Amino acid sequence: MKLFRRLSTSILTVVFSVSLLGASGDHARFADLGHRMMCVCGCNQILLECNHVGCTYSDRMRQQLMAATQRESSDDNILQAFVKEYGTTVLAAPTMRGFDKIAWIMPFAVFLGGSLTAVMVIRNWKHRQPALPTLHGTGQALDQYREQARRETSL
Amino acid sequence: MPQFGSFALIFALVLSAYCFFAGMLALRRQAVGIPNYPLAETARRAGIATWAAVAGAAFALVWSAINNDFSVAYILHHTNRDLPTPYKFAALWSGQEGSLLFWALLLSTYGLVLRLRYKVDVKLTAYASTILAAVQLFFLLLLNFAATPFSLVRGNIPADGNGLNPLLQYPEMVIHPPMLYLGYVGFAVPFAFALGALIMKYPGEKWIHITRRWTMVTWCFLTCGIFLGAHWAYSVLGWGGYWGWDPVENASFFPWLTGTAFLHSVMMQEKRGMLKTWNVWLIFSTFMLSILGTFLTRSGVVSSVHAFAQSSIGEWFMWFLAVILAVCLYFYIRNRDHLRSEHRLESLLSRESSFLFQNLVLLASCFAILWGTLFPVLSEWIQGHKVTVGPPFFNRVNVPIAMFLLLLTGVGPLLAWRSTSWASLKRNFTIPVIAGVATAIILMGFGVRPWEDAAHFYSLMAISLAALVTATIVSEFVRGGRVIARHTGQNLLAAMVTLTRRNTRRYGGYIVHFGVVVIVIGLAGAAFNQQKEQELGFHEQMQIGPYTLVCDNYTQEDNPNYTIEYAILNVYKNGKPIGQMFPAKKFFKASQQPDTIVANHSTPIEDLYVIYAGKNFDSDKPIIKVFINPLVMWIWAGVWVLIFGTVVAMVPPISAAAVPSAQRVRPATAALPVNSQPVEAGD
Repeated sequence: MKLFRRLSTSILTVVFSVSLLGASGDHARFADLGHRMMCVCGCNQILLECNHVGCTYSDRMRQQLMAATQRESSDDNILQAFVKEYGTTVLAAPTMRGFDKIAWIMPFAVFLGGSLTAVMVIRNWKHRQPALPTLHGTGQALDQYREQARRETSL
Repeated sequence: MPQFGSFALIFALVLSAYCFFAGMLALRRQAVGIPNYPLAETARRAGIATWAAVAGAAFALVWSAINNDFSVAYILHHTNRDLPTPYKFAALWSGQEGSLLFWALLLSTYGLVLRLRYKVDVKLTAYASTILAAVQLFFLLLLNFAATPFSLVRGNIPADGNGLNPLLQYPEMVIHPPMLYLGYVGFAVPFAFALGALIMKYPGEKWIHITRRWTMVTWCFLTCGIFLGAHWAYSVLGWGGYWGWDPVENASFFPWLTGTAFLHSVMMQEKRGMLKTWNVWLIFSTFMLSILGTFLTRSGVVSSVHAFAQSSIGEWFMWFLAVILAVCLYFYIRNRDHLRSEHRLESLLSRESSFLFQNLVLLASCFAILWGTLFPVLSEWIQGHKVTVGPPFFNRVNVPIAMFLLLLTGVGPLLAWRSTSWASLKRNFTIPVIAGVATAIILMGFGVRPWEDAAHFYSLMAISLAALVTATIVSEFVRGGRVIARHTGQNLLAAMVTLTRRNTRRYGGYIVHFGVVVIVIGLAGAAFNQQKEQELGFHEQMQIGPYTLVCDNYTQEDNPNYTIEYAILNVYKNGKPIGQMFPAKKFFKASQQPDTIVANHSTPIEDLYVIYAGKNFDSDKPIIKVFINPLVMWIWAGVWVLIFGTVVAMVPPISAAAVPSAQRVRPATAALPVNSQPVEAGD
């Protein structure tokens, strides 16, 4: 059981820490930021994936982004500059600040809460198992248990 | 014809109202001990006649489309004279009113089958029929008063229609919506049976046996619908992907996730009499999520690239949803004692626990998607401004959850019912774990660097877990096959076929799991996508990965429906010619809308996906966008495996078929109410 706990803790730690990793490098930065923003023409597509014919926004925004990545020092400043110009809907996902943080926390909180509740319920049931019934050797009773065993193990 | 259609809809409304009210009255009288069989029979027949009336209305709409009757506003807005006939037929589900009529038609068809097969269980079917009639009544009220498909054009009738949305003029669009609707609507049947069984405190698990195939067929339709939609998006939308987490796509995913959870947890009720409340609420939720998805996407509450947004019928769906919830809650509170579990979970390491956790993971994923879809509305309500919740959010939240689910897919089948010992766990898991770890090492040897990029990490995890799950599935087949081979003298392969035929449900389920594994491998390839965009004049070339694309020509053609611009590209891989590709852009005359025609060279290793992005009018050169999308073909192949597995799981097992039907009657039938017939195994 200890081994299971340690293993699951390590896996979870690795999964969550890697999920926070980001792309690095100059070329990757444009691609990364371009995928963290939406095209604001109304096509509901990621900025770098907008293929809306005659889109008056995406080309301009991409050029702005390219210029900004060469000029600005931090990703945050670039994103804030876009938010200032195009509004909060330009960001493709909620930020990790203020109320927006709840968007990120809730799914994992619900999942962990549900899992913990299930574990606790199972443990509780396990400790309150009724004693096994004494078998009386009648044919009918044994048939009943055989039928139960067949039903419970056929899948 | 529009008058006939309108009349058919009114007639259908009257018939379904009769089916509902007469059915309810008959059930009430039966409950108090004064049964009125003729009344119940007329209700059933009215339900059957509803199908004829709704089918008549649908026929009238299709007839109007085929005969260019532009006096009907719906036909005017969704077809034109030069539209090919199959797309005129598809006009039935191309717009709001038509798709609601199509929904009503499918619902009445399901109702027809249910009412014709009423002898499976007369009393329970009567409850289910009445509940279905209530759902049908809602859709017919909507069609008669809020979204009438036969509204006439006022004033002069135009000579030609506005045409069908060009994005819908694609062969898959003729079958994608019907599949999806068959899935959505189909969940009404198990919902009706579950609610009926709860209302009448039906003893045993017979409602589950009756609805098992309904649920599987429905689930299979929904799966096909979702993946046909993904394939359509990949082939038509031309952005290089197949899933964009648009609210309409998400809406189709909600009932799929809860429906999948139901298909698994229902086994615990059948086998051990557990999770009765959970199962009833899972199927209630699945049906309600179908309605919620429709409400979200048709009310304009959330913005979507799909066409249905911003209409007035959202309010109808909201009220309908509220009524369903109230009815389900009322009968649950009143009859909840009936849903007591016969057994309890005994160990964390058991098949039951793995089902429970798998259910939790599916529901967590469903919640995460629902939460992400609704968060913009919540944010606007609380903060006063909208935020976008797009693919980065959904991918980051759902991918870890999906990994856990995949792990459980591998672990679950190797755990025993009730409790599993550590020794057996070690024995069963050694080979699958070795397969998973070996796959990870091989992938790293081929250059996957999970420590450098989150996408690479998840991709490595997904493929390694896929190897683990595959190993568990193979080991299950081999282990069972060996036992059969020992007893029958068959070779191992034949023994595995016999094994599958003896327990189609279990081994069909494993094939479905294998289909999921193949799909996951396909999805994992997205971490290694490459793309490039370039202007490409005559005989100019571009390079991406091992591919070289040389522009041979670019030209334009014209026909009555559209004009088309396309490039002719000679494609080479590592210097060797592999053929020509013709990416194009269509411009539809009637609707004045453009459409992308993607050129795709697909192999099991990767897709070379080429888009004609437009023309630079300054240089007069076409702009070509190229993607290399690894392993995409695996996704579509996985869906075929999944469909095959579902079909296998629905086939009755040979051992059951060999037993005379009289012996197949379950002991629970002894407690059935008067007038009910025993159901055959596998039904």
